[in-house]
Amino acid sequence: MSTPSVPNERLLKFTDAIAEATAQEMSRDEKVFLFGLDVDDHIAIQGTTAGLLEKFGAKRVFGTPLSEDAMTGVAIGAAMAGYRPIHVHIRMDFMLLCMNQLINMAAKSHYVYNGEIKVPLVIRTMIGRSWGQGAQHSQALHSMFMHVPGLKVVAPSTAYDAKGTLAAAIRDDNPVIFMEHRMVCGLESIVPEGEYIVPLGKGRVMRKGADITIVGISHMVVESLRAADILAQSGISAEVIDPITLRPLDIDLIVESVKKTGNLLVVDNGWLNCGASAEIITQVMERIDSPIKFARMGYADSTCPTTRKLEDIFYPSSKTIAQKTLKVLGKNDMKIDWEKVEIHRAEIEAFKGPF
Amino acid sequence: MSLATSQNMELTENLFKQMLLIRRFEEKICEVYNTDVVKSPVHLSIGQEAVAVGVCDNLRGDDFVSNTYRCHATHIAKGGDLNKMMAELYGKSGGCAGGKAGSMHLAEFEKGILGASAVVATTIPVAAGWALTLKMQESKQVVTSFFGDGATEEGVFSETINFAALHKLPILFVCENNRLAIHNPLERRWANSDICERIKTYGIETCKIESGDVFEIHQATNEALQKIREGNAPIFMEIATYRYKQHVGIAEDLHEDYRDMAEYQKWKDNDQIDKLAKILGDEKTAQIEKDVKSQIEEAVKFAENSPFPEDEELLTHVYA
Repeated sequence: MSTPSVPNERLLKFTDAIAEATAQEMSRDEKVFLFGLDVDDHIAIQGTTAGLLEKFGAKRVFGTPLSEDAMTGVAIGAAMAGYRPIHVHIRMDFMLLCMNQLINMAAKSHYVYNGEIKVPLVIRTMIGRSWGQGAQHSQALHSMFMHVPGLKVVAPSTAYDAKGTLAAAIRDDNPVIFMEHRMVCGLESIVPEGEYIVPLGKGRVMRKGADITIVGISHMVVESLRAADILAQSGISAEVIDPITLRPLDIDLIVESVKKTGNLLVVDNGWLNCGASAEIITQVMERIDSPIKFARMGYADSTCPTTRKLEDIFYPSSKTIAQKTLKVLGKNDMKIDWEKVEIHRAEIEAFKGPF
Repeated sequence: MSLATSQNMELTENLFKQMLLIRRFEEKICEVYNTDVVKSPVHLSIGQEAVAVGVCDNLRGDDFVSNTYRCHATHIAKGGDLNKMMAELYGKSGGCAGGKAGSMHLAEFEKGILGASAVVATTIPVAAGWALTLKMQESKQVVTSFFGDGATEEGVFSETINFAALHKLPILFVCENNRLAIHNPLERRWANSDICERIKTYGIETCKIESGDVFEIHQATNEALQKIREGNAPIFMEIATYRYKQHVGIAEDLHEDYRDMAEYQKWKDNDQIDKLAKILGDEKTAQIEKDVKSQIEEAVKFAENSPFPEDEELLTHVYA
């Protein structure tokens, strides 16, 4: 997809874009309802559900007991009955309590019941990071869900794509895991006021380049774009792609880019082992004839530590992405003068919790 | 409730017919099972028919049932198409799910039979979700969620009971208590066997039936459904019953030394099909036996004649 051109430019935060898409979809289709722990409180899931209770009432916007497993089943049952529930988790880690329902029922029902039933369900879920989110408030589990036929997985990195893909997810007839990284919640982009769709399964070239294709996932799109800025100062032109949807994956977009650049770096916001990076690289290799150079980055192969000192090196950063790019390109002799490079990480520094 | 005074012959005949259909259907499965036409695990309800029939006979056509993997009885009692059901067990394309579901995942949505799951307790919250939408529509329809005593030990059961009570969902929870989780008796699983007392504390009305009597089950369900339709609040029923066969499979397993044989005998002596047969008399039961037999023969013929699914079916309906 090309970068959207918007006649009436308006900057909107990622979280406000989520709220706007939800409100528009709830107005458009009375079968859409929103529930989950704390969706109706004053914090409103970082503002993503702000104003919805007032607008649509407690029948369509309601909090739940702390029963993630059963609430997922309730969402599935309601979806089967013809409604379009949006079930919200403040942290993705809690989705581990829902795996039976998501994998045994949501993903499989359309198939097992031979197309007799659909599960048009959206699971909105936030990935935490920074200020000591630690082992169990920081996990991105997309690779687990990407493994399972029947599920779709979306992880937008901009407000524009958040609004468009959420609307698409709500209208989709399948269970969609919709991931929102806490570190992109405050980021703004140009967002049209009216309804629009960013189709699931379509990625976006975020920055054009000629020397290497960098595929970033979720917040790592932001870090990859920063790395591309750094690399540009040394004359290296990186093309940055945001797949946006992880399953189904817009592999054609990535392959076209790799054919052009001949080099591929996948930067995941997750672990490498059996991860999205392995999947993306494999799918590219299956589709190209000429050999390419490739590498991948992601979480350190450890649990996420709480202390900032270690947390900072648990994640890839613009700096390590730029360094890795040089390595892939075989430019180990090229030295970036890090003294002269400004490292941006405002959203990571700004976050002071508690949610 | 006394049989002689309170039941009319029409009801007796109807309940007998349905229970017999379930038993003979499952006996037919046993008969063909060793030829391996089914090629899948089956969890038989033989001995438990009175619960399915006593409850489902009260349901309206537009009500719903939600099942477990031991679902043949409730599937038939709610009006599931016998031909499609048998074809499904045979893995044929004419089955209710084209052979993709099999015995453990039977479903027939147009008859209000929600899909069954092979994982214990999994369908309970799904049934509640369906009931939530009925509540949203201010419908008078009811979802009946069937499960066994073992399912009440799963966390998701308690979560669902709490949610259903909180939202006053139009759902009838029916615990078919056969006191066995595979081979593990209830005494080794519960410190306190009074499940109804436990459920009451969530704010749900409960009803316990220990007799196994199909008329008592029928009457109690009738009253419960009326209350649910009028009051829009869930009710929990614990209905004692007994599984004659193995947990999974077609065999008798009396030699396996995990049952209380006195209890087994008590339930055999209390067999509701035998009991109703005596009320109806030989001539009537012979006629019903004949009808039931012909329905089942037709289902077998349908299943045998139905083709297996084409290879392309492997990848259809992965996504909607």
